[in-house]
Amino acid sequence: MKTQPENNNQNSVGSSIALFPLTLIGTMGRLTVELLTSLGRITVFLFSAILWVFAPPAQVHLIILHIKSIGVDSLLVVLLSGLFTGMVLGLQGYYTLQKFQAETWLGSAVALGLLRELGPVLSAFMVTGRTGSAMAAELGTMRVTEQIDALYSMAINPIKYLVSPRIIAGLIAMPLLTAIFDIVGIFGAYLVGVGLLGVSSGSFISGMERSVVFMDVYSGFLKSISFGLIITWVSCYKGFHALPMASGVSRATTESVVLSFVLILVWDFFMTSILL
Amino acid sequence: MIEVVDLHNSFKGQEVLKGVNLKFEPGKITTIIGGSGAGKTVLLKHLNALLLPDRGTVLVDGVNITKLRQKALNRVRNRFGVLFQGAALLDSMTVYDNVAFPLREKTGMSETQIREKVMDRLEQVGLERWGYKYPAEVSGGMKKRCGLARALVEDPEIVLFDEPTTGLDPMLAKSIHELIGVTQAHFGYTGIVVSHDIPEVFEISHIVAMLANGVIEEIGPPEQIQNSQSPIIQQFLRGETKGPMVVL
Repeated sequence: MKTQPENNNQNSVGSSIALFPLTLIGTMGRLTVELLTSLGRITVFLFSAILWVFAPPAQVHLIILHIKSIGVDSLLVVLLSGLFTGMVLGLQGYYTLQKFQAETWLGSAVALGLLRELGPVLSAFMVTGRTGSAMAAELGTMRVTEQIDALYSMAINPIKYLVSPRIIAGLIAMPLLTAIFDIVGIFGAYLVGVGLLGVSSGSFISGMERSVVFMDVYSGFLKSISFGLIITWVSCYKGFHALPMASGVSRATTESVVLSFVLILVWDFFMTSILL
Repeated sequence: MIEVVDLHNSFKGQEVLKGVNLKFEPGKITTIIGGSGAGKTVLLKHLNALLLPDRGTVLVDGVNITKLRQKALNRVRNRFGVLFQGAALLDSMTVYDNVAFPLREKTGMSETQIREKVMDRLEQVGLERWGYKYPAEVSGGMKKRCGLARALVEDPEIVLFDEPTTGLDPMLAKSIHELIGVTQAHFGYTGIVVSHDIPEVFEISHIVAMLANGVIEEIGPPEQIQNSQSPIIQQFLRGETKGPMVVL
């Protein structure tokens, strides 16, 4: 009598082990299909938003409004982060270059680091945190409160009205913010290097002049444009497709920030490897 | 004329509509009543293709709108006005701009013409002095009035009302009901109201349809529904917890 349940348990454990490869394949298949579906959806969303840009009437007033919310509203945080990033670069750069008696190259090292890499990436991070999350939350709330349904029912395409102007604004505002970040960052490094650590002003500036070429500025510019696209695209997609509940909005906001960060870093690697 | 034929829809495996058949008479107010979670809003959202069915058709003047491409669907949607449950006002705009919004986006009207029309609609709903306020600065009743003004600003042939009095006190609810009755009489639109606000909603309804268990239990004039022999309808009208309908 006692052995019967044990036999049953052994049988079920045995069948579970035997079925494990099938379960694993099934789960992997399901996850792959889900991943491909999501990729398809987010890609269609982007192409749809881009196509709607060219459909009349032009939403110039909305583009200007969103340039303000992405650009002007993120300005303070970009200024502060740019200044302190430059100052830290000045300190760290001086510490490293001093070991090789190459402090005069401080200006060159800071400018190249900021223009090619840190400027576009860090300003993109700031905009993601400041504006991307707000975008996802705003569109998510519009989904919850049926404002997006209201647009559909008024025969107004919500992608054209809500998403396309934000994407165009992101493409315009992001390079401008990056340029400001770069300039303020170089100024911060100058303050620390020249003002605090005694590097000569002439060598700081001439070092930059000697080493920075057009391609360095251009690659940073290209990166900042693509980051602007990534931030607005991901944030709008996540907000637009938020589940119609309070937790849906918070989840969309978190996911938009995390996905934007990851995509910015991954895309940065690809762009650097191409543009270097 | 709007007709719903054998409409089925399910969400996450749960069948909400199980073959709804319903005809809406033009120029009259039809009210769909039913318990919470019965699928009234789901049914309403099928009428202008905000939701698409698993099976069945929605015919607007004989055209199956569930199969239409975007452009043709937009032409159909332009004939509708919708008052959403929470009014769904765009909260970045003032009351005036919300009402003016569809005219600015879709018509070539001048600002003077738009102003004239918007002020006319705001006056009809009693909001002519509140146009400068934002949705967050006005009461729930005023939001509903603004939503109604926006729904009516394009002179629609059909207006959908999704629980227009939810969340309002009895006086405000009555004023919204009266407003629906008055505007329908004035504009002659086909009104489709989803509500469980009974018996008040019967006062403005020409026809009442009871949705229960995913199908239309009975349809007819308010008096017929009130005197119905259906145990489901009687349970619902009396608000009894025991009966054929399960209270969740």
